[in-house]
Amino acid sequence: MDNLQKFAVPLGAILAFLLLWEGIVWANNWPNYVMASPSDLPAAYLRFWPLFLEMGWQTLWRTIAGLALAVVFGTFLGMVMGFSRIARDALYPLLVGFNAIPKATLVPVLALLFIGQHDFNTVLMAFLISFFPIAVSVGIGLSTLEPEYRDILRSLGASKVTIFRKIALPKTLPEFFGALKVSVTLAFIGTNLVEIVSPHGRGLGALFKSGETNGDYPLMFAVLIALAFLGIVLYYGVVALEKTFAGWAERPAH
Amino acid sequence: MANLIDIKGVTHAYRTKAGPLPVLRDLNIAVPEGEFCAVVGPSGCGKSTLTRLVAGLMKPDTGEVWLHGELVKSPRKTVGMAFQNPVMLEWRTILQNVILPLEIVAPSMPKAQKEARAMELLEMVGLAGFEHKTPSQLSGGMRQRASLCRAIVHKPDVLIMDEPFGALDNFTREDLWQTMRDLRAKEPFTCVLITHDLRESVFLGDQVIVLSGRPATTQYVMDVALPADRTLDILYTPEVADMLHILRDQIRIAQGRDGAAH
Repeated sequence: MDNLQKFAVPLGAILAFLLLWEGIVWANNWPNYVMASPSDLPAAYLRFWPLFLEMGWQTLWRTIAGLALAVVFGTFLGMVMGFSRIARDALYPLLVGFNAIPKATLVPVLALLFIGQHDFNTVLMAFLISFFPIAVSVGIGLSTLEPEYRDILRSLGASKVTIFRKIALPKTLPEFFGALKVSVTLAFIGTNLVEIVSPHGRGLGALFKSGETNGDYPLMFAVLIALAFLGIVLYYGVVALEKTFAGWAERPAH
Repeated sequence: MANLIDIKGVTHAYRTKAGPLPVLRDLNIAVPEGEFCAVVGPSGCGKSTLTRLVAGLMKPDTGEVWLHGELVKSPRKTVGMAFQNPVMLEWRTILQNVILPLEIVAPSMPKAQKEARAMELLEMVGLAGFEHKTPSQLSGGMRQRASLCRAIVHKPDVLIMDEPFGALDNFTREDLWQTMRDLRAKEPFTCVLITHDLRESVFLGDQVIVLSGRPATTQYVMDVALPADRTLDILYTPEVADMLHILRDQIRIAQGRDGAAH
């Protein structure tokens, strides 16, 4: 019963959304080139299925690669900021400033810096756009660790590394996963930004672009739905990791 | 008899933006081996600073802290700590929480031996059967019991407790006093207990030290000449009532208020 509900409720919600979409397009009598309706999409998927698989995979692996970089670098930065007051004071303005820059403006910069390195540029962008939440949340998690937690091990002569491994790291995991859920969607935006903006791109972004160029509006919407689907898949991947590594933080419902 | 803890002429000030904030001034405390020393005083008088000094987590500006005839300069493995917050690691079971100090102090000890030692203590405090629960599944009093087990699992010379029962309701607190008393009978240790509760200080302490207001110095020392196997009933005897009265007057003086005004 519980399991049925777990799947039936979100599926029902998605179905209701598609029906609403279809209904709005039908009621307004919008032609395809204004707004495609869900009933147009299967044809688009059928026609371009091999492309969807190939491009979807390109988008997916580059997003995951960027995200992985963001996890490594963001965690490292967060650790530095969490443990050192000086590093925190020095890095925060830089990070906030960098994060405030619209990333679209960086696409030409990266394109010139690394000419022709399309995969690399895309991964780099996914990374640049998504490491910030991770760095901030790990930094805050570590710097707000109650002193008692540190003291119970420090009073036994434990080293900083031991304290980090046994207490600070696991205690910060819930915040880390919270940030990772935000970063997943951000990384997707980064990947697609490069795929759409840069000429001769690859991935679902490029497929979207070609739909636009050819006036194939159902294809464009089909790409958007495919992106949403990949986003959902990655998000729930993170949720599964969270359940495994930080499941303790979830209080049983009463 | 040699003193296990010797605090000699300790003076300490914190550096703040508004200038140095003196918290301890010429503080002297001596605790013989196996004794239970309860420290009371007005809030904010520097009691927690005292615990950090004994644990070697910080050094005083002047004066010396001696443990076991050795000058304390840095943290030592022979100290156990318990706080008002039970500081349970939520991602570990109760049993895993209790063995944590052993992982630091005796990393080579076989896991089974660590767990056997932890179980022995958990049984003593009445937590047998709860060892595989997570901290969030336990009540506040039970978490504090587990915290006590963790503080003494590695058989420390000194147990330092900073208001460990402060956040508990009265009846739970009295239960834990008795648990503490029973633990001491089975597992001898020297203890420094920081508390705000005068009844607690008399029930558990062999000596009660009253600290003056900030900067704290040793204002009054009371020897508690009660049997080791005291029961809660003893708190209602005229003898203890007199002691509590004296301590209350001392606190009043420490707060800088005239004894006659109340």
